Amino acid sequence: MELYMSLAIGVLFTVGVYLVLTKSLLRIILGTSLLTHGVHLLLLTMSRLKTGAAPLLGQEADVYVDPLPQALILTSIVISFGVTSFFFVLAYKAYQKLGTDDMEQLRGKEDE
Amino acid sequence: MNNLLVFPLLIPLCTAAILIFFKNNIPVQRWLSALSLLATAAAAWTILHQVRAEGIQTLYMGGWLPPYGIVFVADMLAALLVLATTAVGAFCLFFSFGTVGEQRERYYYYPFFQFLLVGVNGSFLTGDLFNLFVCFEVMLISSYALIVLGGTKRQLRETLKYILINILSSTLFVAAVAYLYGVTGSLNMADLSLRVAQAGQDGVLNVIAILFMIVFSLKAGLFLFFWLPDSYSVPPAAVSALFGALLTKVGLYALIRTFTLIFCHDPLVTHNWIAWMAAATMILGAFGAIAYSDVQRIMNYNVVITVGFIAFGLAVASKETLDGVVFYLLHDMVAKALLFLLGGMIVHLSGTSKLKEMGGMIKRYPAVGWMFFIASLAIAGIPPLSGFAGKLLLIQGGLQEQYYWLTGVSLASSFIVLYSLIRLFMNAFWGEEKQLASSPAAVPKSMVWSVAGLFIIVIMMGFGSEWVYRLASEAGNTLMNPALYIDAVLKE
Repeated sequence: MELYMSLAIGVLFTVGVYLVLTKSLLRIILGTSLLTHGVHLLLLTMSRLKTGAAPLLGQEADVYVDPLPQALILTSIVISFGVTSFFFVLAYKAYQKLGTDDMEQLRGKEDE
Repeated sequence: MNNLLVFPLLIPLCTAAILIFFKNNIPVQRWLSALSLLATAAAAWTILHQVRAEGIQTLYMGGWLPPYGIVFVADMLAALLVLATTAVGAFCLFFSFGTVGEQRERYYYYPFFQFLLVGVNGSFLTGDLFNLFVCFEVMLISSYALIVLGGTKRQLRETLKYILINILSSTLFVAAVAYLYGVTGSLNMADLSLRVAQAGQDGVLNVIAILFMIVFSLKAGLFLFFWLPDSYSVPPAAVSALFGALLTKVGLYALIRTFTLIFCHDPLVTHNWIAWMAAATMILGAFGAIAYSDVQRIMNYNVVITVGFIAFGLAVASKETLDGVVFYLLHDMVAKALLFLLGGMIVHLSGTSKLKEMGGMIKRYPAVGWMFFIASLAIAGIPPLSGFAGKLLLIQGGLQEQYYWLTGVSLASSFIVLYSLIRLFMNAFWGEEKQLASSPAAVPKSMVWSVAGLFIIVIMMGFGSEWVYRLASEAGNTLMNPALYIDAVLKE
């Protein structure tokens, strides 16, 4: 199971990196979202995907899954959610003011 | 257990939360944030004394013993850095009173400022890797807001790049944490150190160490500094002083902590990489510092050179260089803040940031000129001033450990630093008096006082080197013997 997860994460990283290296700003933001998806799945995978009950003591199972990575992922998800929404609003504002979403034209050699 | 440790984080956090309610009342915002910095400084000072008297202080959050809970640890290095952060923060705050403009102050400038300090102090004090990530994010998100606040075209453009780089490096940070957790099954730094030592640092753990190195180098501007010169030149002077003095230093602190505590078992691989990156950083930074004739660019490349210089001490990792690293880190936080504030003052007074368009300012502003001159000498490391002792320790240690070429590069970089700053001084202050574009009649009082305060600290650190050295040497001692740190955290 870990192998398939790793392959899927690899694909997410590949696509993410490809999108980050493109010119259009929106594609870049989508790329960063894919990268964070990949990294969250990586956190889940790296704690071994053993079968066990959900980490709720009421289940009274013999084996539970590792609760720590789930807490880490939850933290990381809200942080990346906050940053991504800020990034989107910034991109919107930059498009309004600068009139382009092409990273080539956002180099800024000229002085304002 | 020592509840005082959480105060450098708690005081700015509560202040920031309160300040949000006083959006339109600027005097209240100013008074409250100044008071909160004084309180934080008092807490940091007390922590420093406790660490000196009783050794490393720890605080187990919620009473959970490590490795199960989050632990806050103040060893000498962390205590010194928290104190320096608060001092620098206080002077930057006073500087921003008169300069940052009412528009920014109305839009939550002071809350963001406090949140930035929360993140920085938290990063220095935490003893948990994932908590370090969270503190990094607190710091970075406030820095995004501070860098773009004002919303000019340049700010928007450069913030896009700054955010993108930091999202990528944070993603890599989480990936590195995931791998390390997968291999060792722990996140507490002291516990990690033990587990890495048990497992033996080879193949897999070295790869993870290099991944951490890439992440922290991106944050610190060690070799991967391509994002730094542009983004640090767009915000107002008070903010870029805060960034230049604190943000890269947090990355450096994380590097120092990781590679003296967790991954210290295979220096032939990891520390050699740091050495090469340090050399490349100093050389490339030196090119940048000479090439540009723009005040902000010159200062930003000076930040880059310093990062390389401190990483050189970490790469050699003998007792002497680690003392030097701590000493130089402290000196550089204060001196870089002073340099950026003086640079901001020069730009403010002459109305331009281009060297070619200024000149002859010494007649009108002799005090600023001579302060800039002495600050340049201090940063280059001329003997009675504060940069000297740290540089001496680093170079002495480098020669003793036979890192000749690296020591040569760092000595040469000191000359370049001196050259670039003196060139700035001569262009701006000597020569014919040029027609100043918008020469303001009076300099704001807050500007003068904050710069003078930092200047006095730099001078005192120079003449009181012996006293600072005693503290730095104690900090270097803990870095050299990670067992001290581990025992203090895991003893109960």
